Amino acid sequence: MGKTSDFKDIKEKAIKSYESWRQSEPVRIIVGAGTCGRAAGADAVIEALKDELERRQIKAAVTRVGCIGLCYLEPLVDVVKQGKPRVCYGNVTPDKVSSIIDGYIVGDDPQSDMLLGSIGDEAIDGVPKLFDMPVLKPQVRIATRNCGFVDPEDINQYIARGGYTGLDKALKMTQEEVIEEVSKSGLRGRGGAGAPTGWKWNLCRQSSGDKKYIICNADEGDPGAFMDRSVLESDPHTVLEGMLIGAYAMGATDGYIYCRAEYPQAIKRLNQAMVQMEEYGLLGENILGSGLNFHLKIKEGAGAFVCGEETALMMSIEGNRGMPRPRPPFPAQSGLWGYPTNINNVETWANVSAIMEKGGQWYASYGTEKSKGTKTFALAGKVNCTGLIEVPMGISLHEIVYDIGGGIPDGKKFKAVQTGGPSGGFIPANLDHLTADYESLASAGSIMGSGAMVVMDEDTCAVDMARYFLTFTQSESCGKCVPCRVGTGEMLGILEKLCADESKPEDIDRLMQLCTTVSRGSLCALGGTAPNPVLTSLRYFKDEYDAHVNEHRCPSLMCKELISFYIDPAKCKACMICARNCPSEAIKGGKKLIHVIDQDKCIRCGVCLEKCPAKFSAVIKLSGDKMDVPDEPIPVGEA
Amino acid sequence: MSNETDANGRLDDILAGYGIERSNIIPILQAVQAEFGYLSVGSISAIAKYLRLSESVVYGVSTFYAQFKFVPVGKRLIRVCRGTACHVRGVSRVLDETSKLLGIDPGETTADLEYSLESIACFGSCALAPVMVVNENVHGKVTPDRVKKILGKD
Repeated sequence: MGKTSDFKDIKEKAIKSYESWRQSEPVRIIVGAGTCGRAAGADAVIEALKDELERRQIKAAVTRVGCIGLCYLEPLVDVVKQGKPRVCYGNVTPDKVSSIIDGYIVGDDPQSDMLLGSIGDEAIDGVPKLFDMPVLKPQVRIATRNCGFVDPEDINQYIARGGYTGLDKALKMTQEEVIEEVSKSGLRGRGGAGAPTGWKWNLCRQSSGDKKYIICNADEGDPGAFMDRSVLESDPHTVLEGMLIGAYAMGATDGYIYCRAEYPQAIKRLNQAMVQMEEYGLLGENILGSGLNFHLKIKEGAGAFVCGEETALMMSIEGNRGMPRPRPPFPAQSGLWGYPTNINNVETWANVSAIMEKGGQWYASYGTEKSKGTKTFALAGKVNCTGLIEVPMGISLHEIVYDIGGGIPDGKKFKAVQTGGPSGGFIPANLDHLTADYESLASAGSIMGSGAMVVMDEDTCAVDMARYFLTFTQSESCGKCVPCRVGTGEMLGILEKLCADESKPEDIDRLMQLCTTVSRGSLCALGGTAPNPVLTSLRYFKDEYDAHVNEHRCPSLMCKELISFYIDPAKCKACMICARNCPSEAIKGGKKLIHVIDQDKCIRCGVCLEKCPAKFSAVIKLSGDKMDVPDEPIPVGEA
Repeated sequence: MSNETDANGRLDDILAGYGIERSNIIPILQAVQAEFGYLSVGSISAIAKYLRLSESVVYGVSTFYAQFKFVPVGKRLIRVCRGTACHVRGVSRVLDETSKLLGIDPGETTADLEYSLESIACFGSCALAPVMVVNENVHGKVTPDRVKKILGKD
């Protein structure tokens, strides 16, 4: 088809530019400065590095990159010295910057308590390989292959690492062959529903229309999910290249990226990337001389979870209230302004560029029979190694939580993982042998979703979590259909009563009935899946619901209305710390007089429990039980 | 065009940057809010007139989306994340503490127009939960103890 001879030149130029960039400085310091890195203090570290380098007149460049996903070790600082492998340091703070400079930049000793490992094939004596870390070893990075390794603001680095090779290949194939390759990979939609990408593309390609659109859904609204943000911030071109391949395969001339406004850095990176694409002839008319014309616009979402649903998203682009409509017609038949439209999520597009570069068969060699390839997860909550991970489908939840995640903090017991956000469900610890793939998660009543994976420990109450998710879906329900608008409100009402110790035994049956009505009767997936957190918590943690209703007890000691705090008179040393910190002045007591909590004044915030010195540990939290304590303060030692 | 927010014709300048297609409604609302901090009655009617739409349509679209505000926002916008990971890691006490220190509930602005407090569905910085954002500065692993320092209200 296309005669993309110019790509060879572009690639050669990019490699040259990348190489000369790499050799331009004797020392290059690379700092992870995605949103996570910045929240952890990367900006202050960069300032400190620059100041220190200038003060000592050391020649070294400081470069910002995205995120390699080790969020719990942020801020991350890598040092590359000419002819040496890259060395990575974690948890770097501004005051520790000079020790890295002294040790490895001025000196030649990479050892430090912040040292994580080296990156690359060559090794340094006594320095472990970064990718041998338990958190990284089981991972396979495809969608995130460049995250943290390329400067997201430099297209040359992306091209030098193989970028746009997939597009070049695609443009030399027929549309059918491209779709065939994508089908061969077994790639399924990474936004959650899991529709086969090749099949979806084919529908859109076969639809007739004067014009066709493709859309990148970057409206990552699931609370607990940040995969798309990370990819867009760290490697925008991988997504953009995927879109170009899709545009060619389906015959689309126009595209939109619908990105949440809460991701300003992602939007900035996309804009910069698109300007560079235009300069390289990769966007606009006659792309790479192939005859492909493609125009792309960014639409900023305005804060509505329902706009992640494809028909609602299109309504929003058209300038309406973002309300979904019934399907059919499917977007492939009649989408944006009535034209055939294909919508894929960020991670799907990011995989497409890798698939076209390395082949469908290569991609399909990862994963399970029905769920091919890899999946990114945002691993967060009560787990030691929080961050963005990418694993082959079929890895067990146990491996994710314990091997990659490093287990549960503070020696607490693992209770459940929640996948799929408000549309997904809980999977209890005793099912952690289940694997992360579409079929297996669905069998347990949850969904893959876009990749939120929140770990819960014994202190997390299943009823409270169900209430939490319903608060979200209820407030995000667009109100168009009755089952969702009214049903989620009714469900939330019952869950709130459960958590507030106001429920009756019959509430549970009613809650289950409502789950059925809302899931069957709702117009779109928001309502259709809203009951999942309730259904799975009822399925696996029914005893906790029973304890709330019948015993007025929260076994996880989380629901405020069901817990009480007491000060053990035998342990209290009358230090006054709890009383001074109590925000509601509920603690009586004085010098040499043990402290007593006035239960009527107590707001159950738990500050006393936190503040009581560990050596005393006198504050006790109870639910459904009372502790025998004096009504008024008595002298220490008399209890 | 004259209205209370547009003494210097800034609104007209914004509108002039867009075509009158309906699909520009959300980008225009966003640009107007970025300039003035909120959408006044005057700006809604000016946008409606510019796009040849009724005021009720523009108002209807703008009230659908959580991003748009119809009252002025404080100089410092404090946003506290209520995402799943933040919830599990105890953000509600961070929000309570912030609310207490500022003397306002989420969705409100202090009388001196200095601070506004909002709770947000999710910032996507879940690995650093609990998260709060002051204007554009993201603060991770926030504890109730740290709120005072972050707000700069020592």
